[in-house]
Amino acid sequence: MTIQTAAGVPSSFLSNVSIYLQKHARKLVAPVIGFTVALFVWQVFSTITKALPGPIEVVQQTWDPFIISPFFKEGDDKGLGWQALASLQRVAIGYTLAAVVGIAVGVLIGAIPIAYEAVDPMFQILRTVPPLAWLPIALAIFKDSGPAGIFIIFVTAIWPIIYNTAVGVQQMPQDYKNVAKVLRLSGGEYFFSILLPSIVPYMFTGLKLGIGLAWLAIVAAEMLRGDTGIGFFIWNSYNSGSLSEVILALFYIGVIGFLLDKLIGYFASFVSTDK
Amino acid sequence: MQTLTTPQSTDLIQPTSNFLEIDQVSKIYPSTQGDNIVLDGIDLTVSEGEFVCVIGHSGCGKSTLLNMVSGFAQPTSGEVRLKGERIVRPGPDRMVVFQNYALLPWKTAFENVYIAVNAVFTEKSKSEKVEIVQKHLAMVGLEEAAQKKPGQLSGGMKQRVSIARALSICPEVLVLDEPFGALDAITREELQEELLKIWADQRVTVMMITHDIDEALFLADRIVMMTNGPAAKIGEIMEVHFPHPRNRIQMMEDPAYYTLRNRALDFLFGRFALHTEE
Repeated sequence: MTIQTAAGVPSSFLSNVSIYLQKHARKLVAPVIGFTVALFVWQVFSTITKALPGPIEVVQQTWDPFIISPFFKEGDDKGLGWQALASLQRVAIGYTLAAVVGIAVGVLIGAIPIAYEAVDPMFQILRTVPPLAWLPIALAIFKDSGPAGIFIIFVTAIWPIIYNTAVGVQQMPQDYKNVAKVLRLSGGEYFFSILLPSIVPYMFTGLKLGIGLAWLAIVAAEMLRGDTGIGFFIWNSYNSGSLSEVILALFYIGVIGFLLDKLIGYFASFVSTDK
Repeated sequence: MQTLTTPQSTDLIQPTSNFLEIDQVSKIYPSTQGDNIVLDGIDLTVSEGEFVCVIGHSGCGKSTLLNMVSGFAQPTSGEVRLKGERIVRPGPDRMVVFQNYALLPWKTAFENVYIAVNAVFTEKSKSEKVEIVQKHLAMVGLEEAAQKKPGQLSGGMKQRVSIARALSICPEVLVLDEPFGALDAITREELQEELLKIWADQRVTVMMITHDIDEALFLADRIVMMTNGPAAKIGEIMEVHFPHPRNRIQMMEDPAYYTLRNRALDFLFGRFALHTEE
C-alpha cells in the first residue's frame, strides 16, 4: 500500500507516524482532553469571579515580551528564561551541597546505629520545618540573600537524601558484608566496590525526592529578598499587579520541576543498569 | 598427594592429621528462658586435602559449626584451629562458597572474581591477576560468560562464579554451605562432578554442608552426621572409601554404596528422625 504525498515526504515515514499515533492515541489524547477541560474551567471561573485573569488573558498580556522572547534584557527587566536560569543556578549549588553532605551523613548514620539513634529524633523534627520558615534564620546567619537562598535549598533538600542513603546502608544484604569480611577488603575498597554500588538505588530515591523539594524551596528562597530568579519574578509581578505574569511563572516552575525530576530519574536508570 | 583419612574413633591423634581441628567446641546463645545450647562438645579433626561433608537435619547447628570454621562465629567454649592457629575472624585462607552465591550484582563474573584476587594477591601485577581470574573462570567453564553480570546468569552459573572466586585465592580450606541446595537436579550433579574434579586437581581441604545423602556419598571422604538440636553433637562419622576419581554410575552399582547409604538413612530418618509436623 502506497500513499501519495504532495510534500514528497516518504510514505513509509507517514505510515510509521500514523501507526505510532494509533498505538499511543489514548496516551496522547487523554492529557489533551485533561488540559482542555482544566483551561475551560479556569476560564469560566475567572469570567465569573474576576479574581484571576483567565488563560486567554494570560496569554494576551504576557505574549510580548515574556512568552515570545524568554531571553530579553532591558535594564532590570529580564525574560523568564534568565530568571529561570538564575534560579536553576541557585538550586544547583544548594542541591549539590545537600547531595554531598546528605550522602556522607546518610552513610555515617546508616553504618553506625548509635549515631542514627542520636540524630534521628532531631532530624525528624527539623525535616518538617517548611522552607519559608528557614528564611529569617538563613538571613540572620548569612546577612545576604544569595547564600541565604542557597542555605534554604540545602536545608530543604537534604533530609530525604540523608534518610534514603541511611536506609540503603542498613538494608545492605549481609552476604555482601560477609564477602568483604572473608576477603578482608580494605576500607576504601569496601566503600567504593561494595557499599556505594549497593546503595545507589536508595541514594537516587533520595536524590529524586531532594530535587523536587529543592525546586519547591526556590520560590521561598527568592521571594522576600533577592533581585533575580523566578521567585523574585513572581513576587515582583505580584507587587506590580500583574497576575498574568505570576501565572506564567508558575507554569515555568511546574515545567522545570517536572523536567528536573525526569533528569534525575534518567541518571538513576543510567547508573543502575545492573538489574 | 595421598588422601589421609582418620579412622572413625575421633579421639585419636595422628601427627599429620591436625590440619583443621575443631576442639571441644560448644556454642551457647544465652537467653532469658535459659541458655540455648546449639552445639555441645564437637570434636573433629580434618586432614589436609580431605573432603568432609557435614550432614544433619535443619536446626542441628551445622551452619553454626561451619561459621566457626570460617570465622563468622566464635565458639562459646573450645576452639577451632587451622594449622595450630586459633581461628578468630574470617579470612581468605578459609574462603566460603555461600548458599545464595553472594555475588555482587553490579559486577561482571570477571569482576566478581577479580575483586577477590585483587584483595588477596596484593603483590601480584595486574596482568598476573587477570590471568588468575581467567584461569579459574575457565576451570568452571565460564570463559564465555566472563563479561556477564549475575542477573544474566542462571543459578548454576552463578554458583560456578562463586566457586571460581573461592578457588582463585587458593584457600587452605574451602567452606561450602549447602552450595547446590537451590539448583535443579541435573545442574547439581554437573556441579558436583566439576567440584570433585577441581578438588582432585588442587587438593584443597573441603568442608561442606549438605542435606543430600547422595551428594555427600559422591563427594566426601568422610561424612559427619550430626544429631538433632538443641545441644547437637557429632552422632557418627562415616568413611567413604570409594577411590578417586569417582564415577557416579560405577559407585551406584557397588553394593557398598547402598550399605553406606542405608546407614546414613537409618541415622537421619531412623535413629535421629525429626518428630515434627513438617
